[in-house]
Amino acid sequence: MTAEEIREKVRDILAEQAMIDVADVTDTSSPQDLGIDSMGLVEAIFAFEEAFDIQVPFNANAPDTKDFDISSVGAISEAVARLVAEQHP
Amino acid sequence: MKRVVITGAGSINALGGDVPSTLDAMREGRCAIGDLDIRDADRLAIRIGAQVKGYDETAHFNRQQIALFDRYTQFAVLAAREALSQAGLSFTGESAARAGVILGTSGGGLNTQDENYRAVYEDGKNRVHPFVVPKLMNNAAAAHLSMEYNLKGPSFTVATACASSNHAIGQAMGMIRAGLADVMITGGAEAMLCFGGVKAWEGLRVMSRDTCRPFCATRSGMVQGEGAGIFVLEDYDHARRRGADILCEVAGVAMTSDASDIVMPARQGAERAMEGALRDARLDASDIGYINAHGTGTAANDKTECAAVAHVFGAQADRLAMSSTKSMHGHCIGATGAIELLACIMALRDGVIAPTANWQELDPECALDIVPNTAREAKVSAVLSNAFAFGGMNAVLALRAA
Repeated sequence: MTAEEIREKVRDILAEQAMIDVADVTDTSSPQDLGIDSMGLVEAIFAFEEAFDIQVPFNANAPDTKDFDISSVGAISEAVARLVAEQHP
Repeated sequence: MKRVVITGAGSINALGGDVPSTLDAMREGRCAIGDLDIRDADRLAIRIGAQVKGYDETAHFNRQQIALFDRYTQFAVLAAREALSQAGLSFTGESAARAGVILGTSGGGLNTQDENYRAVYEDGKNRVHPFVVPKLMNNAAAAHLSMEYNLKGPSFTVATACASSNHAIGQAMGMIRAGLADVMITGGAEAMLCFGGVKAWEGLRVMSRDTCRPFCATRSGMVQGEGAGIFVLEDYDHARRRGADILCEVAGVAMTSDASDIVMPARQGAERAMEGALRDARLDASDIGYINAHGTGTAANDKTECAAVAHVFGAQADRLAMSSTKSMHGHCIGATGAIELLACIMALRDGVIAPTANWQELDPECALDIVPNTAREAKVSAVLSNAFAFGGMNAVLALRAA
């Protein structure tokens, strides 16, 4: 899976979670900008794990830790791509 | 309206197999969280819990009982034996008709469900034991207590997730207050530490992988526990007449609903519950010397609860002690309020405030006196016990020294 395919899939998942058009999911938007709250984020992370067959290190009590950067859509895409590379070399 | 007192207490939990050993552990600030010893633990991401270790069901129950008693029912029966023995009550004729049992549980016979789903789905069996239904049902523990002690009045089970015990105790208190019963057995029991039970919690991403550190800047989430806490609630005049040893008075209760979110707590709901319990008990905020916090060790709970306490108590918030004993016995879900009530009784009766164990570093959003790591002696005449459940269902109890 190429980086671009991963990015597209991440955007699809976030768009579905936020119930908005995928065209409105830009790299610079934060989950909050898209209307995704903390539990919505937990659900989206579950969807990443299922879609890419990866384990995402994420604890809702400390969402801002550097294990998995959720500050923006772009950061999430990069973090997912890194996990896919690490866990499916 | 009748006054309601506690004349018996019993428990089994990870800290100890009875009330004295539990209170000793709380005084020492001992944390019972450790590696989970359950089937398929290697397939779990969360492998810690406050488990009742070294437990042998055959030491307490015979073959017929074990066929009918899920682990949560066993815990309830063991805790009830201790509580009833302390109260020194037995029930016959009219006294039986005037006594009942209201328990809290969230998962009920979850181990029984887990084992039998495994049998039919994973092992491909097409037959299960004939008593699976009466063993797993959420009212099984209450039913067995009614049978064991001949309680023939109002009996049922309350399920409000993490507030189940407090709702149950509040409801039992209401029965006696209203004159519908003279004695009520109440509290809660929970045994969710099985593969399916932990796996479900794992999904929520709020569980800690190391330990439970409520109100601490470095907290990493909640840790599940298990066990039971059972109490004998009695009409004050009834207890006085028979010369019973009164442990404390259940002076007030309030139940509120956030009506906002299925998992995120709302400050206003917690505030209304604490204010309501004070009002119901005719206590002033300045009367409260200790709060047993809900204190789950999640960011969502701890920040909201501290803000709510600060708002309700104002300047008084700096003069009261508040601790989360979940740091020691874990979050016992539907039994947790009952087990935590033991810390309230210890504060009122023995003048010892149980600590918040595992605490490391101040969180500015939880800047109350949370009694870090070491128990403290204090003269306390009234306390609150908080429970704020998923579903936004809150129940706060107010207790007063006897």
